Amino acid sequence: MTDAPSILPGLALLPAGLATVLIVLSRHRPALRESWSIAAAAVQTVIAALMIPAVLEGRQLVWHAISLTPDVPLLLRADALGVLFAALASALWIVTTVYSIGYTRALAEHSQTRYFASFAMSLFAAVGIALAGNLLTFFLFFELLTIATYPLVIHRGTDDALRAGRVYLLYTLGGGTALLAAVVWTGALAGHLDFEPGGILAGTGAAPGALWTLFVLFVVGVGVKAAIMPLHTWLPVAMIAPTPVSALLHAVAVVKAGVFGLVRVVGFVFGPELLDELGAGVALAGVCAATIVLGSLAALPQDNLKRLLAFSTVSQLSYIPLGVALGMPAAFTGGVLHIASHALLKITLFFCAGALHATAHVDRISEMTGIGRRMPLTMGAFAVAAFMLAGLPPGPAFVSKWHLLSGAAAAGTWWAVAALLTSTLLNIAYFTPIVVRAFSKPAAEDHHHGSGEARPALVVPLLLTAVAGIVLGLAPDGLVDVLSLARLVTVSVLGGSG
Amino acid sequence: MHRQLAILPVLVPLVAALIQPILALASPAAAWPIAVAAAAVTTVLATIALAAVLTGGTIRYPLGGWEPPWGIEVVLDPLSGFTVMVLAAVATASLLAGGPQARAYGAREPIYYALALIVLTGLIGMVVSGDLFNVFVFLELSSIASYALVGSGGGRALAAAFRYVILGTMGASFYLLGVGFLYAVTGTLNMADLAARVPDVSGSSLYLGGVVLIAIGLALKMGLFPLHWWLPDVYTYAPSPVASLLAPIATKAAAYMVARILLYVLRPVEAVGLPVGTILAWAGGLSILFGGILAIRQTDARRLLAYSSVGQVGYIGVGLGLANDAALVGAYLHILNHALLKAALFIAVGATALHVGFRTGGLGRGMPVTATVAVVAGLSAVGVPPAGGFFSKWYLLQGTLEARQPLLTVVILLGSLLAVAYMYRLTETVWRGQSAVPRVTPEAQPAVLISLVVLAFAIVAAGVGNTAIVSHVLTAAVPSAR
Repeated sequence: MTDAPSILPGLALLPAGLATVLIVLSRHRPALRESWSIAAAAVQTVIAALMIPAVLEGRQLVWHAISLTPDVPLLLRADALGVLFAALASALWIVTTVYSIGYTRALAEHSQTRYFASFAMSLFAAVGIALAGNLLTFFLFFELLTIATYPLVIHRGTDDALRAGRVYLLYTLGGGTALLAAVVWTGALAGHLDFEPGGILAGTGAAPGALWTLFVLFVVGVGVKAAIMPLHTWLPVAMIAPTPVSALLHAVAVVKAGVFGLVRVVGFVFGPELLDELGAGVALAGVCAATIVLGSLAALPQDNLKRLLAFSTVSQLSYIPLGVALGMPAAFTGGVLHIASHALLKITLFFCAGALHATAHVDRISEMTGIGRRMPLTMGAFAVAAFMLAGLPPGPAFVSKWHLLSGAAAAGTWWAVAALLTSTLLNIAYFTPIVVRAFSKPAAEDHHHGSGEARPALVVPLLLTAVAGIVLGLAPDGLVDVLSLARLVTVSVLGGSG
Repeated sequence: MHRQLAILPVLVPLVAALIQPILALASPAAAWPIAVAAAAVTTVLATIALAAVLTGGTIRYPLGGWEPPWGIEVVLDPLSGFTVMVLAAVATASLLAGGPQARAYGAREPIYYALALIVLTGLIGMVVSGDLFNVFVFLELSSIASYALVGSGGGRALAAAFRYVILGTMGASFYLLGVGFLYAVTGTLNMADLAARVPDVSGSSLYLGGVVLIAIGLALKMGLFPLHWWLPDVYTYAPSPVASLLAPIATKAAAYMVARILLYVLRPVEAVGLPVGTILAWAGGLSILFGGILAIRQTDARRLLAYSSVGQVGYIGVGLGLANDAALVGAYLHILNHALLKAALFIAVGATALHVGFRTGGLGRGMPVTATVAVVAGLSAVGVPPAGGFFSKWYLLQGTLEARQPLLTVVILLGSLLAVAYMYRLTETVWRGQSAVPRVTPEAQPAVLISLVVLAFAIVAAGVGNTAIVSHVLTAAVPSAR
């Protein structure tokens, strides 16, 4: 992997940043305002996609024109992991914007300018996180993401929404403080803050106790956004936000930023060898395994669809750090791959939930009897995405799970294997009743208002993401060679051939 | 002309203050524009002066042409130049926003602005003085004008002003007594001369006494725990424009004096190993915690900001106490950052007409621009990048690690968490809360808005551009650079 200076990583920040300002300026002309979002999302996706070929050829595009402090530049480096996340978030921004337009129009939501502007700023932060080449740059965009997403969480403005916002800020800014401590300490230990595959802390001669404390600080710092138990409480509470917010941010951007951070910490700050020496990798994997099982268990009794999906997210997210913490190539690849698999499938599920809310005003599973017959496309996509997420082939989650299971088995960590299999069973257990109920005959006179399928602006995105999921599952090294990207990350961190 | 750059930033506001009452006989409404213009001109001069110092070296100007050590001289080096610029710039913003607010509380404008300009004269004069007694003169000049300004609010403001008079004079007297001791033992009042003589006299108890007295006097003026008692009442009951002027800059001038005297002139740690630095750093740490915890519990917005100031000044104290390069850069940067954010917050709160405290929340619901600026300032106080406050904390944290003081690292981080709590409380209650009052305050007047928006941009610019500030100005300002 060689570094090649290029302006592309810097350019990748431009669309979302500009869009935030333009959206505010166009607040009195909704059509123009929305077009900024779509245009920016499209441009950002193109730029991110343009960086993929370089990475696959072994060149990492680097940009560092600005200094954050005299010693530390604002460093953007498009490596395999970063490009994967950036491209994913950008592409999903496009569909989410289309979906948001449909959703906010359908419900005549207020404060739409603030909504779309915050969305744009969140994507700005997400791309910055993805491409950050050192810990300070990462920290800057990580905190910016918290600030940008807060207005979205409290969007409804009700007391519940404000309370959810308080919980959100408490957790994320608290985590941010731990992360800052970790970043400063790392700088003192390692002498620099750059991410390097294989870690920068090995050989610094720090005591194991100190390194353990540092690791815990890091895990708490990024783990809040990654919803690792017991830091996950904010996620179900934040479901009070409008569904497109939940869809992108809490299925893709915010939580993915968290697990992305964990991958960076495990692979690029500490490194698998050091973690192995400390025994910290196994500890993290254990916490993740517990989260996987407990999250799925918590989802079982939920009646509110979004809350169920929230707990499912809590559970599924921990697949990723579990994979990277085990230190085995196959598991590492599986973990990174799951970033994409989970994102596509979970966003589909949230889109469906939102369509149900906006069209039929249905929020609870108990109210969903027979809805599938009136909204076949929506529920069809839901069913497909749900079972693919559970791990059934030919879904992408099957591919990532397969890698994870192979790696866990190779490492001899049978408890991890058990956790993954249990989670699969639990997923099936909580998704099946929903699908069955949706397609069964409605009991009596149905008093649902709204007739028929959701409007196109809602249905098209969810069908697109569902299809994209199937495509990713059938051909993970196809049009967008996600599998190769994941393998590249593994190889760079662990060596070998992925 | 070049040498005069050192004295002009003192003269311009002084002259403007003196001609205010005369000009105002013709037109009272001219008082405000003249004051703002004077402050703006001072800012420009200060910037030019700083540039001259950075390229050409320290500027010394002997007043009246009488050379030191008998004559009084005025000195501009990177640190004093930087501080003067900060004071003048923030004062300009405060005076600009203060116009509508002063009119609202019924100030007698020519006298009000004359006093405000005298405060500015005094503070800048303190900073540029190269002579210990001259510092006292300017200190008292600005203090007396401040007492009058605070008291002009009547009612509880008078009581607060009285306490301010007593405690402020105590602080100044401690300082003067300390200067007297030093004069007795070294025979000179000139800072550079004194610095040269310190090694000879550092064993004497008079010297130690002088150091301690000066430190206590200045710490009181700085608002450092536990000598901060005057601060909450003064900032709470003073009329809004007065608080907006004093809060951002008065404590910063005192902080500068602490830095100048303890780190550049007396250097007691080097001289006798007196752990003034450690005490200062821990006073700072306690300030951070005390100020933060008490701020959370306030129901009056300005009292909350007052305790926040105690906390934020603590950061500067920690930096000055640790005194390694990183910590000092952090402290000096925080002089800038805190001045900017406190000015923005006091102006924003004042514009929301919160003389009833914020038990009645939500008054600011109709003020989106003001609210946004308040949030930006709040983020700077917490230390969220890219707002400036993050970077001063970053350097301070480096400084604590360099000095091997992990407890202080934890204190600084805790300070951020506390700031989250009280800043959230402030912004949510004032600008978003549900209000029992049916009529909300409309958006602030143009002058106030301009001032707020400029401050908000400056807060972010100070963050994004901190590298420029640090590498061009502050690195040259630390003692080890001499």
